[in-house]
Amino acid sequence: MASVENGAGPQDILLEIKGLKTHFALDEGTVRAVDGVDLEVRRKQVVGVVGESGCGKSMTAMSIMRLIPPPGQIVDGEIRFHRPFDERPDAKDIVDLAQFESNDRQLRDIRGNQISMVFQEPMTALSPVRTVGKQIAEAILLHQDVNKSEARDISIETLARVKMPNPEQRFDDYPFQLSGGMRQRAVIAMALACRPQLLIADEPTTALDVTTEAQILDLMRELQAEYDMAILYITHNLGVVAEMAEEVVVMYLGKVVERCDVDSIFYNPKHPYTRGLLNSIPRLEDVLQDNREKLNAIEGMVPSSFQRLSGCAFHPRCPDFMPGVCDEAEPQLIQLEEGHAVRCHLYT
Amino acid sequence: MTVYILQRVMRMIPLLFLLSLIAFLIIQLPPGDYLTEHINALRASGRDVDEAEVERLMKQYALDRPMHIQYLTWIQNILLKGSFGQSFQWGRPVNEVIGDKMALTFLLAIFTTVFVWAVSVPIGIYVSVRQYTFTDYLFTMIGFVGLAVPGFLLAMVVMYFSFAWFGLKVGGLFSPAYELEPWSIGKFQNMLTRIWVPVLILGIGGTAHIIRVMRATMLDELRKQYVTVARSKGLSEFAVLMNYPVRIAINPLISSLGFLLPWIISGGTVVEIVLNLPTAAVVLYRSLLSQDMFLAGSFILLVGTLALVGSLLADIALAAVDPRIRFGSVEEF
Ligand SMILES: Nc1ncnc2c1ncn2[C@@H]1O[C@H](COP(=O)(O)OP(=O)(O)O)[C@@H](O)[C@H]1O
Ligand SMILES: [Mg+2]
Repeated sequence: MASVENGAGPQDILLEIKGLKTHFALDEGTVRAVDGVDLEVRRKQVVGVVGESGCGKSMTAMSIMRLIPPPGQIVDGEIRFHRPFDERPDAKDIVDLAQFESNDRQLRDIRGNQISMVFQEPMTALSPVRTVGKQIAEAILLHQDVNKSEARDISIETLARVKMPNPEQRFDDYPFQLSGGMRQRAVIAMALACRPQLLIADEPTTALDVTTEAQILDLMRELQAEYDMAILYITHNLGVVAEMAEEVVVMYLGKVVERCDVDSIFYNPKHPYTRGLLNSIPRLEDVLQDNREKLNAIEGMVPSSFQRLSGCAFHPRCPDFMPGVCDEAEPQLIQLEEGHAVRCHLYT
Repeated sequence: MTVYILQRVMRMIPLLFLLSLIAFLIIQLPPGDYLTEHINALRASGRDVDEAEVERLMKQYALDRPMHIQYLTWIQNILLKGSFGQSFQWGRPVNEVIGDKMALTFLLAIFTTVFVWAVSVPIGIYVSVRQYTFTDYLFTMIGFVGLAVPGFLLAMVVMYFSFAWFGLKVGGLFSPAYELEPWSIGKFQNMLTRIWVPVLILGIGGTAHIIRVMRATMLDELRKQYVTVARSKGLSEFAVLMNYPVRIAINPLISSLGFLLPWIISGGTVVEIVLNLPTAAVVLYRSLLSQDMFLAGSFILLVGTLALVGSLLADIALAAVDPRIRFGSVEEF
């Protein structure tokens, strides 16, 4: 776990997202994949983003990378990246990533260099017809002032850092010659090759088996400390959040519904949705006793993405639903105490 | 890689044998043969038949012997002496009749391929990244027209307009001055000024087809995650396209290269007749009509062999660019 630096000031901010809206204008209607997200990542901090599938986690990440698949578009909001342009920690250059064209030169200089991303599917993340090494060295050659053999050395060294067995041989292998876990290590090496300040990890272990998942999680924690980088860790698995994150952001239908430190999420959850997520983690004694009552996930389903619900988007599934309030007015994100915000009418 | 190539070459040998059998059977299948027909015609018209000459030919090609002996004699002459026999129709050895025409056909095939690829691959890539835009629809429409209009019709239209508007006769590959000359730089240049017409006409269908194939495979590849991952490294869009989806989308095209020559021969025959080209397809067509058996057989054998060699080369090229084939991985991506 990264050291929690006390008295972290605003100069530690790496990424600030304000009112981000990413919509897909489809023939059937507008999908509000991200609908007003605010979040903050400080330097060297691991922020977990949780929520059920379809609630906009990936599209938030893709918005930061500016790689949203068409017809998706950022329609509003800011993504302010505090980029260090020299060694002094207080000197920085703030850019709003949301302002660039998605193929802009400045943006491409940041991508893969200062912000990089690890994707969910290691099996399809690499081109099958190019060697693993070429695909790693490519990013190094692009962003650093090195020649081919230096890029090769850096790649092999990075492969060694991610504990790839026989990195020199693996460099010349093709992706189909590697197992899923090894591929994910290669993908992580690719993302880390330029020593980014921010790593976005979008469910990097979801496609892996449990043993490999544990190894990759360990590895990411180690690398985070070693590389002094911040991680935006996206997952639907609260167990992984407990293991990885310091700060947690809970998302529901394109909005942040709760934001706090990792302990408060487990011991003092405020939003009914967060509580629902926690209750849906199967407890060992319930499983052993086949206690089906308690094994239920949150009641109901994530509504269709075209639907626009009035008031709080969670109200049809909410156990604490207050008629006339929750289905009328949209709740705002309110600060309950230092570092704990929630978007719920129960607290207004 | 060496093992792979050796394996592929070994596999070609039985195929070649089969091909020669088929070529032989095809020319033997129709009743009668050129020699008997010829003798009969001569006799019927009451003219003298040089019995000694007939005897000699019959003996040389074992025409009076059973089928399998005929086949063996034929194939033996080809393999040991490089002689494809006599063209009865032309009264000259097949080698002489074919040589030039095969070379021209080959040249035409190469020019057409280069043209087709140079035009259709960039357009295919372009429309795939501009899916459902005006350009995409425009090329789709042009493509369907190109596929639907028969080559010979296009050839006649081109001939008509070039004559009506420019007073040009576009038939043939050479102007009359060079027609019978031996090969020279001048003759080659002369050909270049004329070859574009058949290249254009023969290539239009292929161009339309390859644009469709390229667009479809590119759209498939562009959806895949490795493209997004490549973008996430900060590569420019052009570098992403060329190094990632195009590298894979081009493979089906490479493997189709082997069928090019047979395609030009079979698809181009009518066009070549209309344009009066001195290429192989026309000669093959005539020899089949007149049962000029050694000429027709040699053609089928040669074209078939070239097709097999072509697909061998295409397979080797494909293995060179696609490691999945080299390593025999069957995994789906
Ligand atoms: N390419 C797309 N076209 C249309 N809608 C999309 C597309 N990608 C994602 N969405 C929609 O955006 C919403 C959020 O998706 P996503 O961010 O992938 O969810 P998560 O990662 O939390 O599972 C979903 O409702 C999904 O239907
Ligand atoms: Mg996702």
